[in-house]
Amino acid sequence: MTDNFYGEVLTDHNLHPLHKHDLPTATCCHEGINSTCGDDIVLNLEIKDGIIVNGSFTGSGCAISQASADIMLELVIGRTPEEARHYKELFFKMIGGEITEDELEELEEAGALQNVAKMPARVKCALLGWRTMETLLDGEGGAQ
Amino acid sequence: MSNSFTKSDFPVFDAYKSLVYLDNSATQQKPAAVLERVEKYYREENANPLRGLYDLSVKATETYENAREAVRRFLGAESTKEIVFTRNATESLNLIAYSWGRANIKAGDEILVAISEHHSDLLPWQILTKETGAELKYLECDETGRYTADSLKAALTDRTKLFCIAQISNVFGRLNPIKVFADICHANGTLIVCDGAQSVPHTAVDVKSLGVDFLVFSGHKMLAPMGIGGLYGRKELLEKMPPFLYGGEMIDTVTRCGATYAELPHKFEAGTVNAGGAAGLHAAIDYITELGFDEIERRENELTALAFSEMKKIPHVNIIGADDADDHHGILTFTVDGVHPHDIAAIFDAENIAIRAGHHCAQPLHQFLQTPSTARMSLAFYNDEEDIQRFIGVLRTLRRKMGYDG
Repeated sequence: MTDNFYGEVLTDHNLHPLHKHDLPTATCCHEGINSTCGDDIVLNLEIKDGIIVNGSFTGSGCAISQASADIMLELVIGRTPEEARHYKELFFKMIGGEITEDELEELEEAGALQNVAKMPARVKCALLGWRTMETLLDGEGGAQ
Repeated sequence: MSNSFTKSDFPVFDAYKSLVYLDNSATQQKPAAVLERVEKYYREENANPLRGLYDLSVKATETYENAREAVRRFLGAESTKEIVFTRNATESLNLIAYSWGRANIKAGDEILVAISEHHSDLLPWQILTKETGAELKYLECDETGRYTADSLKAALTDRTKLFCIAQISNVFGRLNPIKVFADICHANGTLIVCDGAQSVPHTAVDVKSLGVDFLVFSGHKMLAPMGIGGLYGRKELLEKMPPFLYGGEMIDTVTRCGATYAELPHKFEAGTVNAGGAAGLHAAIDYITELGFDEIERRENELTALAFSEMKKIPHVNIIGADDADDHHGILTFTVDGVHPHDIAAIFDAENIAIRAGHHCAQPLHQFLQTPSTARMSLAFYNDEEDIQRFIGVLRTLRRKMGYDG
């Protein structure tokens, strides 16, 4: 593991998240918890006419869980639930250490979390937001 | 081979040269003397103890029972009948809860547990009280982790059957006045269980002078292998208690419709025992005895004081518990403003410094302290000043690494 795995992208999204706030217009929300770490977030999505028009999260957790959720929202807002699922697949592939260069490109800033693949203890933190989104889309979001 | 009582006795530091190991409250590293003793048992003395009528089995039995005598002397118990080998402190506490608890606790009774207890000294009582209809009550401490005689007296009622508290808390590192508490409990007709997991490795413990009814410990937290630990119980209590686990080695006679059970302590040791682990525990006790608790405490207190005073100088670092290094006994639990404990541990890990982060198996305490999780460094006599300096060096840069200005 390198010394600076908490790069600027990650620390910036942790300290100054773009999407960490309440979302009164949300059409669905879901709580995700990592019980061993105490990471606990609520993900809110506003889905209209088959598009994720807005999204936010609240809660608390380590820098990796918080930055990962923030970066995820940055990627999926303005996309369809299907596209969001596609990003989720790519992100899981990246954390599993199986991603191609082109796919990594597609993930944009989320690529900053690539090193988590080498930190087994932190994988759950990085995946928390994404897993929560998956559950949410499988439920209410998927029904749209 | 003679012991140097420094890191050079511990092969793990040869294998992992840059390691700064500060997670000793979770488990301690093992000196070569302990590892060699376990290997010698399996090479030269191994047979099923307490069973065979041949030379090797007699040897294995001797090794095992000599270890029990070593534990008896180490803890100041009157008789080896009062020393039961278990896997660890957790199993010992479960033994008390299942055996003594189910025979003695009934609806309407109360069990009082200190709020800072490890989950292993909490969940067995939570389950026991739920099953029996008894009530589980908590004794709360102040924000520095201190329990007072007055608060204990106020919490005891004529229905309190048992009080459970660690001699040293694994979060605060504070040494509780067990003798005082035992006297208060006994005056009330209440028994006291003392969790010695964090105290037995670091300070001389004498069950007689403490006056406790039960005391539990884990071998792996005191240089010994994992999977061997123990329970001290007053003989009068153990004699009246039913067995905990049933099977081989714990019976006297078995017929189609019943059984009589072996004498103490074998009544509580069902199945083939961990003789190799007991041999390792014996070697660990010899090692600790040769070094001596005066020297262990001198070294650990000096390192604790150094770490404590350096940590106090770093802005945004908050130490949980007492404001006096002497009350920490090698355990410094802390938070860093704006940095989650898992990120703290990851940054230390990147520098090969092992610390713990999370709730340290004490979630009710963290709820009480209103902090979801904390980081903890815990040291042992084999740590040195350089370990502390490296720890402090990383702690100083931590907030900057997380994107703060200072």
